[in-house]
This record gives sequence, structure tokens and C-alpha cells, in this order.
Amino acid sequence: MMLRDFFVCNDRESGASVLQRGGMKLRQITGNKLLVRALKEEGVDTIFGYPGACTIDISDELYKQDDIKVILPRHEQALVHEADAYARTTGKVGVCLVTSGPGATNLVTGLATANYDSVPLVCFTGQVARHLIGNDAFQEVDIVGITRSITKYGVTVRNREDLGRIIKEAFYIARTGRPGPVLIDLPKDVMCELGSADYPDSVNIRGYKPNTSVHMGQLKRALKMLKKAKRPLFLAGGGVNIARANKIFTEVVNKTNVPVVTTIMGRGAVPTSHPLYIGNLGMHGQYAANMAVSECDLLFSIGTRFNDRITGKLHAFAPKAQIVHIDIDTASISRNIHVHVPIVADALEAVTKMNEYVEKCETEEWLEQIRSWKEEHPLTMKDRGNMSPMDIIQEMNRQFDDAIITTDVGQHQMFVTQYAEINEKKQLVTSGGLGTMGYGFPAAIGAKIGNPDKTVITVSGDGGMQMNIQEFATAVLEELPLILCVFNNEYLGMVRQWQKLFYGKRYGMTNLRSGALYRRTNGEEMPEYTPDFVKLAESYGAKGIRVMKKEDIAAAFEEAKKNTKTPTLIEFIIDPEEMVYPMIQPGGTLEEMIMDC
Amino acid sequence: MDNTMKKRWISLYVENQVGVLSKISGLFSGKSYNLDSLTVGTTEDPTVSRMTIATVSDDETFEQIKKQLNRMIEVIKVIDFTDIFVRMKEILYVKVFKCSPADKVEVFQIAETFKAKVIDYGRDSVLVEFVQTATKNDAVVKLMKEEFKSIEVVRGGSVGIESISMMER
Repeated sequence: MMLRDFFVCNDRESGASVLQRGGMKLRQITGNKLLVRALKEEGVDTIFGYPGACTIDISDELYKQDDIKVILPRHEQALVHEADAYARTTGKVGVCLVTSGPGATNLVTGLATANYDSVPLVCFTGQVARHLIGNDAFQEVDIVGITRSITKYGVTVRNREDLGRIIKEAFYIARTGRPGPVLIDLPKDVMCELGSADYPDSVNIRGYKPNTSVHMGQLKRALKMLKKAKRPLFLAGGGVNIARANKIFTEVVNKTNVPVVTTIMGRGAVPTSHPLYIGNLGMHGQYAANMAVSECDLLFSIGTRFNDRITGKLHAFAPKAQIVHIDIDTASISRNIHVHVPIVADALEAVTKMNEYVEKCETEEWLEQIRSWKEEHPLTMKDRGNMSPMDIIQEMNRQFDDAIITTDVGQHQMFVTQYAEINEKKQLVTSGGLGTMGYGFPAAIGAKIGNPDKTVITVSGDGGMQMNIQEFATAVLEELPLILCVFNNEYLGMVRQWQKLFYGKRYGMTNLRSGALYRRTNGEEMPEYTPDFVKLAESYGAKGIRVMKKEDIAAAFEEAKKNTKTPTLIEFIIDPEEMVYPMIQPGGTLEEMIMDC
Repeated sequence: MDNTMKKRWISLYVENQVGVLSKISGLFSGKSYNLDSLTVGTTEDPTVSRMTIATVSDDETFEQIKKQLNRMIEVIKVIDFTDIFVRMKEILYVKVFKCSPADKVEVFQIAETFKAKVIDYGRDSVLVEFVQTATKNDAVVKLMKEEFKSIEVVRGGSVGIESISMMER
């Protein structure tokens, strides 16, 4: 980005100055140096950064050291998604560094994505010098104001002496309680000012005391209800995965013999092949899962906020059930759904305590009922004679048993959440809350950088893939052997699905081939592909494979596995008529599912 | 849970920092909560500000408002003023223009009745200061609008503090 108002930091070659004060030696360093020091103290080994005038001094400090790896993506939106997936797959805090103005505003979508899915991020944004703030200076925006409602916390550092404390607090706030993104805005002159070299080692924020214990009285009450229930059901949300409570939760499920449904974000709370796992609930949930929610008499939910996509029509949600709700965020409890037993707790804490007390429940009859629902409408796609998304994902299940799967948003995402096996060794990374197109590819990059030994696969559509396609450069130059599956149906498939079902097949704005050329030639003189994903991959130095037939799926994955230094894009040509079923009509109830038609 | 819309009050202790007011008011607009009035000022501790917020909402929404406020990093404490004994007053200025001599007499009578002060006086205008509950101020504004042709109103919003003895508002 253009450098204007460029002034070099008042930082001598030594990088520090020593002030004599009353005989005591005080080492003074610039804010830029303190920032890098703070990152090291916080154990940060990787940051995702894009430079600019207001952060050039920080880039310079990072250049002078080797402990922190700096990744240079090709767009700040991709940058923040990469940090996000890095955080989701490592459990560490993701760190972003971008410049002021457009660098900062490009974070917005990624911050909202991380905020909805409770991902710990600390994002540093450059800011113009303090005397310029409010002057409509070049590349000045009020980024703290812009992001106020989509961050857990945001602050502008107005005094050099507050810098250390603010960074310390930011990391603490981001990773504790319900995790979330924190934004720190760094005016250039503050960062160049000399000040204390100290980085605090403790935090005390009077307005922020995250809950760390479980109310045992409430929990025992809930467990008593669980024991008494005739048709009990666990509902696991993303909180179980974020708290890394999957393993103990699975033990609880084994001990109680109570069946489990999950949200999309909760997928993997128990291995998807577990006999007591029914499936996802909600708009594209499994028939048996939605029926189980509608018929259960106790819904024992952990770490979910009862988003509208899982509840359907609110008054008809779990109409026969008493509801227990464990959540770290008080504000998530009894917001959408009236809860009978609220428990504010971290999922891991709660599940660990549950594991001490739970007993086997009498669920045989109930499980029999669920089995018959599963048989009545098993989760499957009709064989239309061509390659279906299910075929591809099932092949993926067969070939990879240690993998991270990221997705974009749309039909392909729903297919992955329906068919991909998720367990201790296979993690799903997806934008569940905000539904951010363009998330999948950068997320794969972030995941791979955080987990170099794991296979990282992304499943994307031809729409979403093009929303951050520039990241091919990052992936190639970082030598990341990602497997990028593009389900190409030439349409924005999920919206098309709604148009097909509810809008009389009027495919407005969803045909990715439409335009003047299409109108002029009636679709008859079209280039074969727009874009040609295979050639596109090759132009970046990556590998590209196109698969048209079911029989070629396995070979394509085999081929991709052999390419260990660059990404492999596999484009699967999919029939646009493939639909995601079951589906609940928007605003409908869980029981009114549209099955394959 | 009560579904009827009621007026409720919250007192908030918040960090006295740039952007906190904006964050609190942004919560109300962003989540479509009603915000009837909001006052803010520093306390005996200059790092802490205190707000008094009035809102009209049902029980469920009000619970959610309190939870959302509580989870903000900058909010130190949330006190629900709805069902506790508090002292709460609002300042109201009413300027009456184009007063005839008879109008002036009436303004003075109203001021006396409501224990208000006439604090300024001109050839054909009068300025009155009311310090009383917001509900009473509502009544005064309504009355003055009916009685006089031209008035100007400025209100401060309620400020409240927990009472020492068990006094009503």
C-alpha cells in the first residue's frame, strides 16, 4: 500500500536507550519492540501479516528476529481466515497484523466469522499518528468503532505506557471464557515512542471474570432428570469441540447409553461412526436426528446457542422436552429457547464432572425408535447415474484417516457436514455461524501451517473458491500440499436450491456463466470453463486435476497424495440438479422435512 | 415470565474510557432493544463512570439486556433498579414563549404546584426547572404543551442511586 506521511521511527541503531533516573537504570524501548517481545512472551510462533505505512516499523522489528514466523497472504480477508483456522486447529490464539484503513476494513468479515464461531484471535491494526486521528487522514478509519459489535473486545492504544498491559489483556480475553476476536489499534506514533520494556505477567480486569467452575447443585439436578427421562437426548454444539471435551463427552455417552445429535459446529463431539450418534439436527439435519429432537422428553444440550438454523420454528422446537443447557456464555442461555435447567460452565469442566456422576440410562426402547427412523429415511443421495457429492466425500472418508477438512459455504458445505466422517483424528473446520463464502481455501492454509503433519483438505464450490482464489500464491510459496476439492456445478448451488424449491425455478443471479456473452449467444458460444480451474492452478505452479466420472474419484485423490510440495486442485464436475436433502423449509418446523423429490 | 412491556431501570458501573458509551448504546441499537433514556457521568473514582438506563421491555428481553451488558469487558457491574428502593430524579427545563400576563401567572402556578423553580424571566417568556421523577416530568410536558402556544423542552434523563432507608422513588 502507498506510503505517505512516512516517518522513520525515532529508534536508534541500538534499538533502545538507557535513561538515568535517580541513579536507577530504566531500559526504554519502542512500542514496536515491546509488541514483538509481547508476542514471544505469549508463545506466538506464527503470525499472519500484510504490511503498510502504519505498520512498517513492526514489519521491520519482525524482520530482525527468527522466533516468530510471518506468513504473507495475498488479501487481508484471507489473512484473518488463515489465522482463524490456525487457531481452530491448534488451540492457540491466532494473530493478525494489518495496516490502517483498507488493511483494517478487510478484516471485518473475518472478525465477524471468528466472533460467531468463538475463535480466539488477536488482531493488530495500524493506525495513523494520534494527532491525525479524526482528520480523515490518508488510510485512516475508526476500525475499533467499525468492529465494535463483531469483536469480543477492541481498543486503541492511546498511551505508550498502556501498550504492554493492553496486549496482555487482549490475549487473555481472546482465549478465556467464550473465546473470541480482540482488536488492538496501534497509532504509529505510540508505537515509535520509547517506554518501559516490561511486559506484565498477570492480568486483572475488573469487568471480566470468566466462569471457571460448575454449579454442582444445578448439574446434579440435570443429571437426575437425565436418569429419569424415558427419551433423553444429548445435543452437542461447537462448545464441546472448542473446549476439547470430545473425548470425555464420548465417555459420558458410553456410560449413559444416551443418543447424541450435534449441530454442524458440534460435529465430532462423538465420532460420527459412534453407534449412539444420530446425526446433525436442523435445516439440513438427518431425518432421525430431527425426529429425535421433536420426540425426546429431555434435551440435554451443551455449548450451543440454539441458532435459527437448528431450531426451525421456535415454538415447535423440542415440544415434548425439558431442556438442560450448559454454556459458558450466560447470554446464550434462555435467549432463543426457554431452558428449564441453565448451567453456566465451560463444557470441559461440566462434562468432566458429569463423567464422575452419570449412570446408565434405560434407553433401549428409545434407541429402537431412533433406529427405525434411521431405517425409514437413511441419509443418502439418490443414484442419478453420475458422480454425486456423496460419492466424492465417501471416497475421501476411505482414503484419509488423519485429516483436517475445511469447507466453504453452500451446498458442498452441507454435503460435507452430512457425509464426512469426523472423529479424534479428523477435524471439521467450517464457518457455521456467519456462513462466510471464501472461508474454505484460506482456512486450509491456516490449518496446514498449524498442523504441518496432517493432511488438509478443503471442499469448496466454484463460487466460494473464487472468493479467495488469490491464496494460491500463498499456498504455493509456503509449499503447502493441500488438497483443494472444487465441486463445480456452474451455479451458486444453495441459493439455486431455494430458487428451485420455493421460487419457481427462476434462477436469478445464481448462474455463474450468465452475462452478456451468454445472453447474446444464448449460451451456445461459451468458453468451456470460466475459469478453467486446472489451468488456473497450473498458472500458480500448483497441480490441477479435473474429474468428470465417479470411476475417476479415487485415482484423483491418489494423485493428489503424491504431490507433496504444492497444492493439488481437484475439480469435480457436478450436476447442478443435485440437492441437499433433507431440508426444512425456512421458518418451518423440524418435523416438516422435505425429503428427496 | 411476563410478556407485558414495562419500563425498567438499570444502573451500570463502567470503565471511564473512550468508546464505552458508544458500545453500550450500540448494543441497544444493534440488538433492537428499546432505549428510553441513558445518562452517564463519572463517579468518586475517576476511572469509573456510572450510567442510569431506562428501557421499555418484556421480562425475557430485559433478562437478555442485563446478560449482554454483563458480558461486556468494560462493564464492571450491572444493578437492576426495577424492584429495589432507589432515589431517582430527572432534571427538566421548560421555556415558555409568547406569554401573555395571564400565561405567566399560570406558569408560576404550575411551578408552585410541582415544587419547581422559575429560574429565568423575560418580557414574554419564562424558564422553569423541574427536578422530579421522569414520569412526573412526562405529565408536566404534556400539560405545558396543552396550556401554552410555544414551549421548548430539554430533559436530562433519569439518574438514580440506591436509597439508604427504604424510601420509594
